[in-house]
Amino acid sequence: MIDSSLKEIAAALRAKKVSAVELATESLARIDAGNGRINAFVTVDREGALAAARAADARLAAGTAAPLTGIPMAHKDVFCTEGVLTTCGSKMLANFVSPYDAHVVSLLKQAGAVMVGKTNMDEFAMGSSNENSHFGPTRNPWNTDKVPGGSSGGSAAAVAARMVPIATGTDTGGSIRQPAALCGITGIKPTYGVVSRYGMIAYASSLDQGGAFGYSAEDCALLLSGMAGHDPRDSTSLERETEDYSRNLNRPLAGLRIGLPTEFFAAGMSDDVRAAVDAAIAEYRRLGATTVEVSLPNARLAIPAYYVIAPAEASSNLSRFDGVRYGHRAAEYTDLNDMYCKSRAQGFGGEVQRRILVGTYVLSHGYYDAYYIKAQKLRRLIAQDFAAAFEQCDVIAGPVSPTVAFGIGEKSDDPVQMYLSDIYTIAVNLAGLPGLAHPAGFGAGGLPVGLQLIGNYFGEARLLNVAHQFQQATDWHTRRPAN
Amino acid sequence: MSLTLDQVRHIAKLARLELAPGDAEATQAKLNGIFGLIEEMQAVDTTGVEPMSHPQELAQRLRTDAATESDRRAAYQTVAPQTENGLYLVPKVIE
Repeated sequence: MIDSSLKEIAAALRAKKVSAVELATESLARIDAGNGRINAFVTVDREGALAAARAADARLAAGTAAPLTGIPMAHKDVFCTEGVLTTCGSKMLANFVSPYDAHVVSLLKQAGAVMVGKTNMDEFAMGSSNENSHFGPTRNPWNTDKVPGGSSGGSAAAVAARMVPIATGTDTGGSIRQPAALCGITGIKPTYGVVSRYGMIAYASSLDQGGAFGYSAEDCALLLSGMAGHDPRDSTSLERETEDYSRNLNRPLAGLRIGLPTEFFAAGMSDDVRAAVDAAIAEYRRLGATTVEVSLPNARLAIPAYYVIAPAEASSNLSRFDGVRYGHRAAEYTDLNDMYCKSRAQGFGGEVQRRILVGTYVLSHGYYDAYYIKAQKLRRLIAQDFAAAFEQCDVIAGPVSPTVAFGIGEKSDDPVQMYLSDIYTIAVNLAGLPGLAHPAGFGAGGLPVGLQLIGNYFGEARLLNVAHQFQQATDWHTRRPAN
Repeated sequence: MSLTLDQVRHIAKLARLELAPGDAEATQAKLNGIFGLIEEMQAVDTTGVEPMSHPQELAQRLRTDAATESDRRAAYQTVAPQTENGLYLVPKVIE
């Protein structure tokens, strides 16, 4: 049953063809059978899931169920869950049982969704392959020698392997869209400020944004509707009315103007990705859309600007991990300063330490203007490019990742090569725009290729509508890896 | 731009990260690769461009100056490495 759409699962729950306890049990059995191979989950909360499922069944019987009541789901381990281990993929938090719930977690609890566990991720969401996890790499369900993408690789792999129909993720530079593409599922990162960051362990606060994974755009719309909304506890949360992101799903695409950025279609994309992306765009034309060439001349500056802004904010955010209030503390030290230095060196992995060092340098005296302020100026140029492009089109389409999923170990020794794999996703975070990835076919080695759709501010419902219409006419999103 | 070994050690000290004796060179090489990438942005003329910190140009909201949190000290201290009588313990800093 958990292979079905949320709409079908919700109908079956209401028709008493299946119970929430049966769905949770099915999800837990899938995790038991597959997690040894995929390593998508860091924590499985069997008792919590069954208790939540029993409560969901009671709500369904009482007629007070919400759309997500009884649906099994997983949270990326960056979201704090009260009473449940919250590791953020790090040795630093390997024993951290959160004393409170993230806003997203409490909203989904109130909606009656059934959390079965916490998913693996790159440590502190820093990475594009899930290899930077203290708990070992997650493997791509399509080919276990390949990465699932990152940093939300565990959530994407869990959904792709049909362990859960939906999962949460976060996207700071592509961490929802890239793993969704590499695992052959749908994922959406909303406009910055739409989903509360309260209780979402901070990486780069001006870019971090929670979002949704599912089998389809229709399912992502339901999950996002349950996650989004103003939260006074997040000072950057936008004061807007809550939205039903499913409201436009059935709108036809006739008249839709799709912008194709020249820079995204220049050299850099592998041939197999290009073929699938071109075919998807041709399908959109068949569905009534028109395409127009647009230009994002500063998009090439997104990676350098990102690798100043994100490490700068990370070095500040991660200063809280000092071995005093929570997290790892070294066993031996000579004095307070030595305790800080040893606890942090032992608790953080290599990539996290590198980003802290880069951030510390660019924020240090005499370099702040040359790096951080310069990067924020580039950020404005990038945002202005998108604003100009959206005068000519309704959505922008392009690749998500330059290649299909790469091999485990292939890029893990070369941070710069790893950073370049996010070339198509990072600009969207710098501008704060919503972005979606949906399956668009297969490339080399039978691995999935995704198409990226970028919307204007608050264009989530439009993006989901566009992707849903594509998924009504194609069946890429229904393909699943062999077990 | 490239960082010297001394600069790497200085940044590590500022960041409160202990560098193992043999790790400084490898860290230096990787950081310099990253700074090579970052330096691309210096080629762009950004004269007159305002820095952007929030895509919606929002100023930070202020809340009324009132206590709203309940006392959850006991719950928060259960995750601390070392506490005593409601206090966080650290190595002695004053002799």
